[in-house]
Amino acid sequence: MQAFEYANPATLPDALGLLASEWGPTDVLAGGTDLLSLMKEYLHTPKRVVNIKGIKELAGIQKTGAGLRIGALVTMDEIATNAEIRNEYKSLADAAAGIPSPQIRHMGTAGGDLCQRPRCWYYRQGFGLLATKDGQPLVPDGENKYHAIFGGGPAYFVSASSLGPALIALGASVKLVSAKGSRDVPAAKFFVIPKDERTREIALRPNEILTEILVPGAATKSATYEVRQKEALDWPLAVAAVALRMNGATVTSAKVVLGHVAPIPWEAAAAGKLLAGKTITAATAEAAGKAAVEGAQPLSQNAYKTQLAKVAVKRALLDAVKARA
Amino acid sequence: MASAPDYSWPPMEKRKLIGKPIKRLDGPQKSTGRAKYASDLKPQGLLFAAYMGSPHAHARITKIDTSEAEKMPGVKAVHIINPEGTEIQWQGMEVAAAAAATEEAANDALRKIKVDYEVLPHFVQEADLKQAGARGKAAGERVTGDPDKAFQDAEAVSEGQYGIPVITHCCLETHGSVVQWQGDQVHVFPSTQYISGTAAGLAPNIKVPIANIQAHMDYIGGGFGSKFSPGKWAEVCAFLSQKAGGAPVRLFLDRKMDQLIAGNRPSAFATVKLGGKKDGTVTAWESNGWGTGGFAGGGSPPLPYVIDRIPNARQTFTGVSVNAGPNQAWRAPNNQQAAFLTCCALEDFAAKIGMDPAAVFDKNFAYAPDARVETYRYQLRKAADLAEWSKHWHPRGKGASGVVKRGLGLGFSAWAGAGQASQCRATIHVDGSVVVDIGTQDLGTGTRTVITQVAAETLGLPMGAIKLNIGDNSLPVSGASGGSSTVGGVCSSTRKAAMNALVKLFETVAPSLGAQPEDLEAVNGKIQVKDTPAKSLAWAAACKKIAAAGQISEMGENVQRSPGGLNTQGAAGVQIADVSVDTETGIVRVNRYVAVQDCGLVVNPWLAQSQVHGAVIMGLSTALLEERIMDARTGRMLNPDMEFYKLAGINDVGDIVVHLDIRPENDKRGIIGLGEPPAIAICAAVSNAVANAIGVRVPNVPVTADRVLAALEGRNA
Repeated sequence: MQAFEYANPATLPDALGLLASEWGPTDVLAGGTDLLSLMKEYLHTPKRVVNIKGIKELAGIQKTGAGLRIGALVTMDEIATNAEIRNEYKSLADAAAGIPSPQIRHMGTAGGDLCQRPRCWYYRQGFGLLATKDGQPLVPDGENKYHAIFGGGPAYFVSASSLGPALIALGASVKLVSAKGSRDVPAAKFFVIPKDERTREIALRPNEILTEILVPGAATKSATYEVRQKEALDWPLAVAAVALRMNGATVTSAKVVLGHVAPIPWEAAAAGKLLAGKTITAATAEAAGKAAVEGAQPLSQNAYKTQLAKVAVKRALLDAVKARA
Repeated sequence: MASAPDYSWPPMEKRKLIGKPIKRLDGPQKSTGRAKYASDLKPQGLLFAAYMGSPHAHARITKIDTSEAEKMPGVKAVHIINPEGTEIQWQGMEVAAAAAATEEAANDALRKIKVDYEVLPHFVQEADLKQAGARGKAAGERVTGDPDKAFQDAEAVSEGQYGIPVITHCCLETHGSVVQWQGDQVHVFPSTQYISGTAAGLAPNIKVPIANIQAHMDYIGGGFGSKFSPGKWAEVCAFLSQKAGGAPVRLFLDRKMDQLIAGNRPSAFATVKLGGKKDGTVTAWESNGWGTGGFAGGGSPPLPYVIDRIPNARQTFTGVSVNAGPNQAWRAPNNQQAAFLTCCALEDFAAKIGMDPAAVFDKNFAYAPDARVETYRYQLRKAADLAEWSKHWHPRGKGASGVVKRGLGLGFSAWAGAGQASQCRATIHVDGSVVVDIGTQDLGTGTRTVITQVAAETLGLPMGAIKLNIGDNSLPVSGASGGSSTVGGVCSSTRKAAMNALVKLFETVAPSLGAQPEDLEAVNGKIQVKDTPAKSLAWAAACKKIAAAGQISEMGENVQRSPGGLNTQGAAGVQIADVSVDTETGIVRVNRYVAVQDCGLVVNPWLAQSQVHGAVIMGLSTALLEERIMDARTGRMLNPDMEFYKLAGINDVGDIVVHLDIRPENDKRGIIGLGEPPAIAICAAVSNAVANAIGVRVPNVPVTADRVLAALEGRNA
């Protein structure tokens, strides 16, 4: 780990003043569950680390007139156990509770979950976001069983965010603040498929801090289903988050977002469209699963993820309606 | 002259400590963190070392420049391990190391070492033998009987392809040591399975006399066969200490380096064909296998496993050289591979002829060594009872309808496990205190506890009366803890040393009890005339009589060739996996895992059960999750971590049911080691259970979602 300056600001303006205008020289530290490993591997070599854990306004979960505000420093465990979230935004609680490591649940933050870097093993070994060697992509013919089946390249990593799919399905937005002002970005626009090594996989700018997540009022049934190889520390193989607006037993509108299948949480619009006006049954859930994976482009070793994503959609839908049925 | 004392174990009904479920003596130390491992040591002035390996799988080092690294702040020593001109044969192969005031400074220094490589072509994936070309070295074909005719005459022939990958040891404490080289003395605090051998292993490499090397270790965080030698890292650590003017240096590999270079289990792939009768008797075996243990190629698993008297057999095995880290013994070397290939083929044969595999296994146990045939059959019945085989087993793929399918599968094992050469010294002091000195180590298996049980039982004392010293190379020499050889060796040498000391004590106190020494016994903290408690001396009073000599100190030795009935070799073992497979996701969950295991005389059933639990957890992890993933293009191991090198957690292993086969006929055989035996059959049993559940064989372990779904699709296609 390269030596660095450690800044411990008490206020948001102080923290923002410490950021750089380009990626690289400065990193923001919250839970540290990702940043520390990036630094130990010399993938990030910041000259300055800005610890934001002391900034009080970034904490807490509040109900607002518009819905729910989740501070960037709220831990995944708080999200998993918060009664309001469990009752009204089940998909979010599911996603946070699905993180099998108690250490990561208790240290990892909501903001960090959205801003963490990809887990792609080529990226983590220094071959870049697009995973190339001598200009040639390593993933399509390489070891790609955990890689993307959507997005079409040239990035093949999968977004590691646990909350991302659920937030997009719920229509949430994130607040990004810089010294010059703030902007609200829909969660769906926050994640970006990089086309080159210079682009980040999120819309955050280097001089900004993600301060809070805003989730609109519920009136939905939601659930997240993760297909996991194991119960101990691990990443899911495929995820589906669903959010349904209901009129009685009838779906008025639906959003289905897949996780761990693309460089961004992947909205399956066709599945959502298919569900509108229907009731959720084993048959409609199955059909939605099928629609969700239409157009998947599996690589040499990950065709199985198409099946997993399909099943995840079906099970998330059935779980969502069972939850408050 | 009196004849040698009777060392034999007391009869079962007379034992007070041996055979009893006594708590692990160092449990509180370990569970509270008071136990200090070598990697915990922080002596005054400690320097931290970091270890640098090649990023390339195959390359030649053309230039190394350490000048900038040496100038880095906090850096006290830089050492080149493999000089310019060295041909690197795997990623991570050592290049240089640095010691500095902090671990971070040491790692930063390594980044400043400039190394030029001439990159050479590599080969890292052995699963497809066709790609191996000249990298494959076939061992000669081995033929027994007339396999061609036997297959022709067979009423049924089954054939399958199976694979078990390279996995790593994942010791919680990585490989390394703390070393201080001061003047002509070298102090080593290793993480080792062989404390008595540490000095001899290190001496020639650092050119210091064995006599000048002191090695000490209280605890080790896992070895599993990968920590017999001090390792290159201990030697490098010594040189760094010397270069740093004699400061203590801590060199433990980081997880990545540990995964890359500190050992692994060889892979084995094979096509296996069985021919036989419709009554389940196998008459012909044919296997063509390959695998790798690293650059040096691969070993050949002993096939067919256990049932090696099948009258007609032909087999070949090709060792494949890859540019990846070298193998080390992994808890029953070659046996998991052999058990997997044999037991899977046997269940596939049973499926082919539509028979219950339990019946097929029972029949073919006739081919096991004569002395063990009935043991296997007994253990199979016992395991079937515990797993409720008759209730839950169903013909392959013919279970209940529904998405989640349940299945049961079988596996068996064999291991030698005779006691190692071991010397022990038992000393009785005039104040009645007792010291047992033995140059062994406790790998977490309970070695401290069983030695103390044996010494206390022999002397008629409580556990707390024995002071035990282990883990130091100044103590009487004991062997490496490997091959399940420790418990038999150390218990036998301890028994003899304690008994020899006791005989001396009997000689000293006999006159005052008006008896002959051979008429005395030590029980309940007393020396008494046999079965005559009225004629006795309390232990302390008896020991006062040795004032003239000051102490009694006697040696005891286990000689491997003549263990005198105290220990022996040859453990069987039958296991059954009970799994549920989600046929929509391919995820396998373990419901229950039954392990029936003999190991001769069981010194401590709790610790023995704990050994089996540990082995089953480790084995389930390999069956369900673990594999080293190599990248063809870059030559890198892509999962040198504990993130994508997946290990089972406690929620992944299901309910583990252990039955120790402690029948009197096993007890009378003496002690047999238990490290390896229960770790052997698990991949086989799990793979067989999955096949039973879903109706089709998943050829390779670990049985991950992608493999299960591919196998299911293959069937449906």
